[in-house]
Formats: sequence, C-alpha cells, structure tokens
Amino acid sequence: MSMHRIMIYTRFERLWHWLQAGAILTLLFTGLRIHGTHTLISFETAATIHNIVAIGLLVLWAFATFWLFTTSNWRHYMPTKQGLWRIIRFYSYGIFQGEHHPYHKAFWRKHNPLQAAAYLGLKIVIFPMVWISGLIYLYIVLGGSWSGLLNFPAAVAFTHTLAAFALILFLIIHLYMLTIGGSLIQHITPMINGFDEVDLSQVEEAYLEADEPNHIKDDINQSENHR
Amino acid sequence: MERCLQYLQVSLLITCFSGMMVFATDAQSSETHTIEKTANPINTTANHSQFKALQQKFNSGPEVTKACLSCHNQAGKQIQKNIHWTWSYHNKKTGQLLGKEHLINNFCSNARGNEGMCAQCHISYGAKNFKLPKKQSQIDCLVCHDTTGSYYRLPPTKGSPACSILFAGKKPIQWEHVAQNVGLPRRSNCGSCHFNGGGGDNVKHGDLSSIMANPTKDVDIHMSPDGQNFACTACHVTKNHQWSGSRYQGLARDLKGTGKPGFRRVATSCESCHGLEPHPKDSIKHLTLNTHVKRVACQACHIPSFARGGVATRTFWDWRTAGRTKKGLGFMEENYTQGNGKKRETYWSIKGNFKNGENIVPYYAWYNGVNTYTTVDTHFDPTKPVDINHLEGSANDAASRIWPFKRMVTWLQYDKKYNNLVYTHLWGNDDESFWGNFKLKKAIARGMKDANKPFSGEVGFIKTYSYWPTTHMVAPKEKAVACMECHATDGRLNEIKGIYIAGHHHFTWLDKTAWLVIALTGSGILLHMLIRLFAAVRRKKS
Repeated sequence: MSMHRIMIYTRFERLWHWLQAGAILTLLFTGLRIHGTHTLISFETAATIHNIVAIGLLVLWAFATFWLFTTSNWRHYMPTKQGLWRIIRFYSYGIFQGEHHPYHKAFWRKHNPLQAAAYLGLKIVIFPMVWISGLIYLYIVLGGSWSGLLNFPAAVAFTHTLAAFALILFLIIHLYMLTIGGSLIQHITPMINGFDEVDLSQVEEAYLEADEPNHIKDDINQSENHR
Repeated sequence: MERCLQYLQVSLLITCFSGMMVFATDAQSSETHTIEKTANPINTTANHSQFKALQQKFNSGPEVTKACLSCHNQAGKQIQKNIHWTWSYHNKKTGQLLGKEHLINNFCSNARGNEGMCAQCHISYGAKNFKLPKKQSQIDCLVCHDTTGSYYRLPPTKGSPACSILFAGKKPIQWEHVAQNVGLPRRSNCGSCHFNGGGGDNVKHGDLSSIMANPTKDVDIHMSPDGQNFACTACHVTKNHQWSGSRYQGLARDLKGTGKPGFRRVATSCESCHGLEPHPKDSIKHLTLNTHVKRVACQACHIPSFARGGVATRTFWDWRTAGRTKKGLGFMEENYTQGNGKKRETYWSIKGNFKNGENIVPYYAWYNGVNTYTTVDTHFDPTKPVDINHLEGSANDAASRIWPFKRMVTWLQYDKKYNNLVYTHLWGNDDESFWGNFKLKKAIARGMKDANKPFSGEVGFIKTYSYWPTTHMVAPKEKAVACMECHATDGRLNEIKGIYIAGHHHFTWLDKTAWLVIALTGSGILLHMLIRLFAAVRRKKS
C-alpha cells in the first residue's frame, strides 16, 4: 500500500456535487422564504425559483442515481463498523492532542466510515423525505388532485420542512468538517480538480498506471520512492 | 314668511332625506353614453320611437306600461315572477323565506312596514305595502328600460309631515320622450336602486357605488367604458326577465365553467366566461394560481379592496344613538370627506352614528353559497354578536371557497326579552313612525303589530354582523392581490381555518425545536473549535 495523488472525484461526480450544492443552497434560501423565515425576496419569486430548481435537482438526482449504480460507486456508501470507533475517538479526543486524521482514503473507500454513514443517511433518509414530499407538493401545486383530497395535506408540508431543517444541520456539520484533518484548501481542491491522496494497493496502482494514466498524478520523487 | 319657510325647509331637509334624493339624478346622468355590452349583444331591429303604440299622449307610468305590454305581451307575467317584483324568495336549501318582504338587515333594518318609503325601489307603481298590485299595468318598465336618464321614482308615500317637503320641485317626467327611448338596461338603470342600497350612495354593498355608472379601468375592468363596458346584464345573464346571480342563490364554486360552445350559460360566475382554468398556462405561477381556483374565489384576489374610486361605504352603524335632537329637531353631522370630496354623514338623528370607509380590505371567509339568516322568528343568544346572514361553508366542504366580504357592523335594536330581531316602523304619516317622532319602542311595537309578531315591549341593542359578497370592482390583473399578502405570518387570511397556507402557517414546535437543535449544533461546533485552538496553543508552548 502506498499513497498517491489520483483522480478520486471524476468530472461527473464534481459536477453533481457542485450543482447539488448550488441547488440545495438556493432551495434552502427560497424555501425559508416560502416558509416565512425571511422576506428578502417576494413570495412568488421564491416559489417560482424553488419549483424550477427543485425540478432541476430531481433530474440531476436521476442521473446521479443511475451513475452510482452503473459505475459501482454505490460501494463507497456501504455502512461499515470497521474503523468507525477510531474516527469518533479522533473527533472527540485525538484532534485535541494534535493527532493526525486516522483515515486514509482507499481506492474503493474514499469516505471514512462516519462520513459514509452520514452521506448514506442523507441519500436514503433526508433526500427521499425532501423529494417524496416535494413531488406531492409539486403535483398538487401544478394542478393534480386526488379524489377525496380537498386540502393540501399538512403532513406533506411537515415532512418537507423537517427534511429542510435536517439539511441545514447536515450543511453546518459538513462545512465544519472542511476544517478538520487538513486545511480548507486541501479539502476543497479535490472537489475542484478531482485529485486527492489515496492509499493504493499495488494492483490498483498498476491498473491506474496501465489503463488510466491521466488519473494518477504522482510527483516523480514520490513514485520513485515507491518503486 | 319666506324666512320662516326657508328655516322649515332647511331643518326638515336635514331631518330627512337629502341623501335619498340623489337616487334618480346621480346615477342616470349619461345621455350620450356608448352602448353597454350585454350577455347577448344585439343590433336592434326596432326603433321604438316609430311604434304607433308609443306615439300617443301619456300622463302616467301605468299608461306607458300598457303600451309596452301591448307588444311585449309575455313580459308582464315574466316580471311578476321576478324577485324585483315579489321581494320574496324561498330558499330550498335552508327552507327560509328571504327577500325584502321578510328580512331584517342591519342598515335601515326592514322594508316591511316601511314600504311607503322603501318601495321607491319596488318595480311597481303605488305599492304601499306587500299586498302587491295584481294588474300588470302597475309594473314599472321604465326604471329599468329608460335610456334618457330623465326618468325618476319617488317614495310611494310622503311619510311624516316632517319629510314631505323634500320631494317637491322635481321636473315633471316627459312621458312620451321617455317611452319612445326605451332600451336595454344600463348600469345606471340598475344603479338607480342598487348603488343606493342601505339609504345612500354605496352605503350597503361597498362594491356598488355611483362610480360604477362610469368607472375607470382601475375601479372595474369589466364595467369601465375604457375596458369591456359591460352592462350589469353582461354577467347577470337574463332569460325571460329572470336574471342570474342573486345573493340568495349563491354559487360559491362553479364547476361547469364556460359550458359547451353555442350554449349560453345562465350563470353569473367568473368561470362562466373565464373557464375553470382562468390563468394562461405559461408559468409556474399561473399553473399554481389555477390550482388556487379550487379553494379560493376569483374575487378574493382580483378585488384587492372595495369602496374604491372615491365613494365611501358605511362600515359601522349605531342605532343606540338614534333619536337625539337639537331644540326638538333632528340633525345631521357630516364629518367624513370621501375621495371625491363629498361629505358623508357621521350622525343622523333618524339613524344614529356611522363610520364610513374607502379602499377597504375585505373580510375573508369560507362560503358555499348558502346563507342562514337571522330572521324576526330567530331567537338568539344575546351574549354574542348576531350574524344577520351566517355564512355556511368550511375547509372540508368541496363546494366552499374562500370569499371576500364586506362585513357590516351594526348595533341594532332587538326584543330584549324574547331575544329576536324586530321590525321597526320608520316611515309613516302617523305618531308611531320613528322618522318623525323619534320614539323607538313605539315604532317597534307598531312594526311588530303590523307583521303579526309578538313584542315584549323591552328594547335592547345587539351587535350584529352582515356579510356582503364582494364581487364587483374587479381590478386590472396587475392590481390583483400579491401572493405574499396571504402567504405571510400576518396576512389577509389570518381568520381562515382548516387549511395549510405556506408562509402563514407554521408547525411552531417543529420550527422552535429545529432552530434550537441548529443553535446547539452551532455552539457545539464553536466549542469544538475553541478546544482545538486552545489545545494547539498549549501544545506549541510545551
């Protein structure tokens, strides 16, 4: 096993991340306006933007889901207990002792166990809460109706609001994590150019050098050291 | 002698009906009017001035009517079925007898027993009580069909001698001229009564004032000569002298829309012209608005306020203060100046204290088209305000929508022992009429006796509400109510229950808990960060 700078976030993944980030921020801003938390823009502007961006995000999610399953990238999000305790111990104790982050990204495991669990929760709990309630919302708002359903069901609004608050919570923690185990730039750069330090097995290294030479960007010294 | 007469005239004028006199003149003033559109635009095939039947000397209304009926030989029968004639309507949904013959309102309280005055607006000649004339020649065709603006009506009786002088001095009607110039009813024809409901310009409805004879587009997009120039009958579609759109037969949610091509719908609803999806499907906003149609009446957004255009409506009336005199004479105070500069009454001995208002944001309520009236026979709980017409409907009723109303607030006399509303004898040349004698108990006793209703003799005053659907004064679409006027913490629909309105309703505990959790997380992060910094500094030192 050896550390290498390799392409860990491919172009689509980065595009997905940033479009999703932009969409979620826009949706939170406009959603909170619709909710009545602020009045920085008019209700109708907020509602229009919210609807359009929401439809856009749904399309993006459709592509992302397809991508996750066809490229096997879903494996990154499988929950694991292995190493979980060490991560928790680091955040709550080790970090204060000046220890280094115990986790090294692996080729098929680019998130630490806690991170993977958080992202999985986001994908299978919070996001579905948002889009299922949101789709019902859209369906009704754009003219759909159920027989027997007269009024907009408040439970839909409740779920949608609850999910939005959960997202805000996620965002706060997500952003704070950028400051842990490396500098802000170190954390953001991989999501811009795609490259990050990853612990590769010899097989993975050989594969990348042979088949994806553009995806491995070791400086010469480092790679010579490994040889 | 002259001075004496002058004094008498002035004081009596104030005592009685200076406001009422406006009726015939104000509203019908437009001889050079462009043709108003009706629901069934026709290029007429007849010139009434050339009809032999009309080329004769007329001395009275009934003579003209006979001439009309000599050609329009079904019109008499048709009219005698019309509510403008019967003043009575049996509501099959509530089983109640409605109409001016029966109801008590919270303006001048009752037409019943005061026909000598109120039947000025009954489409008959000489109806002095509810024993309606059977003769068709007693129908007044001209009040609706005069196009000259020179026709007018006076109260059938002169009332108390204190009031009689008022109705002298009108120019005699030129019957031949009027008869030869009949046509379809114009806004000013309907307006001669309906603009003056409640005893003066726009007093009652709030959305029907003399302004509506020639409104600007801003006041009414449909009826403005610069807009659609609709006559009232463009929407109040008529068939055989029966027209649609009575408050008594409310249709709060039209599910039929325009109907099939070629079939004119006898319906007075926005949807009967604009369809069930009235907004163009060209934006998310418009699609959203089309779904609002299901639960929100068109009028709720498209009439942002009523009593627009310069004429005030009465919003509050206090009968408790009626009957005050100065040196034995009634008096009037006019301390409200309305938009067009005219002064409006704030006190009148014969009626009590008033409040007037303009550009008023409506009162919104669920409404399914049915009103349950508090009639003279209804016994109520006097500890609570009484709804003269209780609006039926709720969020759980598919026929209901959120409708705008003018809510009239009046302290009205009632029978304090039997807890019911009363007929008050206001008008009459006798010593019991309130307008002349200012003795309320006596006037009520007479009013109830005439109607064969019991009266305990104990008079109290009760706070009453009446609700008038706001449905005229439709503004241009740019001036419709903005989304955020309802979708706001403090919005127009604060009183509306049973639905979730985004931006207005919140799950308060969810919001509170969520923001608390977010704040705690933020503080936790801050704490974590501080410990990291502190630990780093300490490590550096050691």
